[in-house]
Amino acid sequence: MALLTKKDANLILDPLTDNNPITIQVLGICSALAITAELKASIVMAISVIFVMGMGNVVVSLMRDIIPSKIRIIVQLIVVATLVIIVDQVLKAFAFELSKTLGAFIGLIITNCIIMGRFEAFALANGPWRSFLDGIGNALGYGVILIIVGFFRELFGSGTLLGYPVFGDPIMKTGLYATGYENNGFMILPPAALIVVGILIWVQRSKNPALVEEN
Amino acid sequence: MAVDTDKNTYTVIFAGLMVVVVGSVLAFLASGLGPTIKQNERYATQQDILYAMGVNENGDDAGSVSKIPTDKVEAEFTNFIKEQFVIEDGKTTPNDEAFLIDLKKQLASKNKGNSYKLPLFVGEKDNKNYYIIPMYGKGLWDAIWGYIALDDTMTVQGVYFDHKAETAGLGANIKMRYFLDDFTGESILDGTKYAGIAVAKGNNDPLNNRKDDNAVDAIAGATITGNGVAAMISESVNLYKDYLETIRVK
Repeated sequence: MALLTKKDANLILDPLTDNNPITIQVLGICSALAITAELKASIVMAISVIFVMGMGNVVVSLMRDIIPSKIRIIVQLIVVATLVIIVDQVLKAFAFELSKTLGAFIGLIITNCIIMGRFEAFALANGPWRSFLDGIGNALGYGVILIIVGFFRELFGSGTLLGYPVFGDPIMKTGLYATGYENNGFMILPPAALIVVGILIWVQRSKNPALVEEN
Repeated sequence: MAVDTDKNTYTVIFAGLMVVVVGSVLAFLASGLGPTIKQNERYATQQDILYAMGVNENGDDAGSVSKIPTDKVEAEFTNFIKEQFVIEDGKTTPNDEAFLIDLKKQLASKNKGNSYKLPLFVGEKDNKNYYIIPMYGKGLWDAIWGYIALDDTMTVQGVYFDHKAETAGLGANIKMRYFLDDFTGESILDGTKYAGIAVAKGNNDPLNNRKDDNAVDAIAGATITGNGVAAMISESVNLYKDYLETIRVK
């Protein structure tokens, strides 16, 4: 028997393409704007969210029959917050440098509406294995967009990728800068992320017209 | 038997249990990882102090910051830092644990009008003394801090800055080498006044060739963080002014 049935595989693959949390559902935009000025921050945020969302969906799914409906949102928030604190403490103990780089981003995971959205829409109604796949799939879908946006913003905003100069030295005017090229300072400001996400949405919908909403 | 999860009693009991379970898990984690985290913080402080006085593993190219590795830092710290002092009520006393003093708490105590302790480190490298001052201030979003190493002419020998939550790609770049390196060679004195170093926009000196202008070139898009850095340096050197006057070569 295959590890994943076709239905299970779709739980992971759909959010990567036609049901992407950022470009289709337009969720999690806040962090997509805030942290994508650098590729490294985008990658680390993506990995952290994969962990929190995969684990969180499993925990909420296991508790789904005993959570009182009146306080379910609070319970879900506590689950996310607990997982985020665990990630934060473990990083501080075993990857101190990384935890310092991440700083505030880890805390920001709590406010990521995709996580609460998946708890509420999927984990409360499905078993732990399927919830786990759904969590991983949505976090991957979110992470892919984050990394694409981070790639373009760092490349054109700072002329570097993961901190390494790609176009030459902007101050000494070497490489591409010798021809008069300048970094686009706008790319490192948050509104640029909105434009890059907008372009991604445009590209995706023009490739698959079925995604375009009817007025 | 199915439990009615909508009953108020159930909800209250559930909430209570959840608090106990989550509280225990986090308390267990905190007490288990606490000592490791404390040790990491101790190493990080030593790394930062050494970095400011030029004891680091930076390459020749102006790439990224490379500190002394954690497994060597304790030995290097004892090797290079000759003396540690605490300044309290104008009195300077030696204290080997001065680097563990939390400057944030001391400044809060100062602002309340209570007594406060200021840590200070004297390092020696290539037969030259380095006076290293810790700094603490405000950036755009949250705290910024660092260390500044001076010689006896009040010329900056090196700095280190860090931040809690400045914007990635903008204010967060205060800890990048191209910014840190600019401070070396600048004087914190303007005549006899402890002026600090301004982080200036449009000083028309992007390569920072002028070392006598009490200014370095700002980072584009990080005005408030840059102003925070300048304010932090000026406030900190003024806090230590009395001590610095005793060691300054006039």
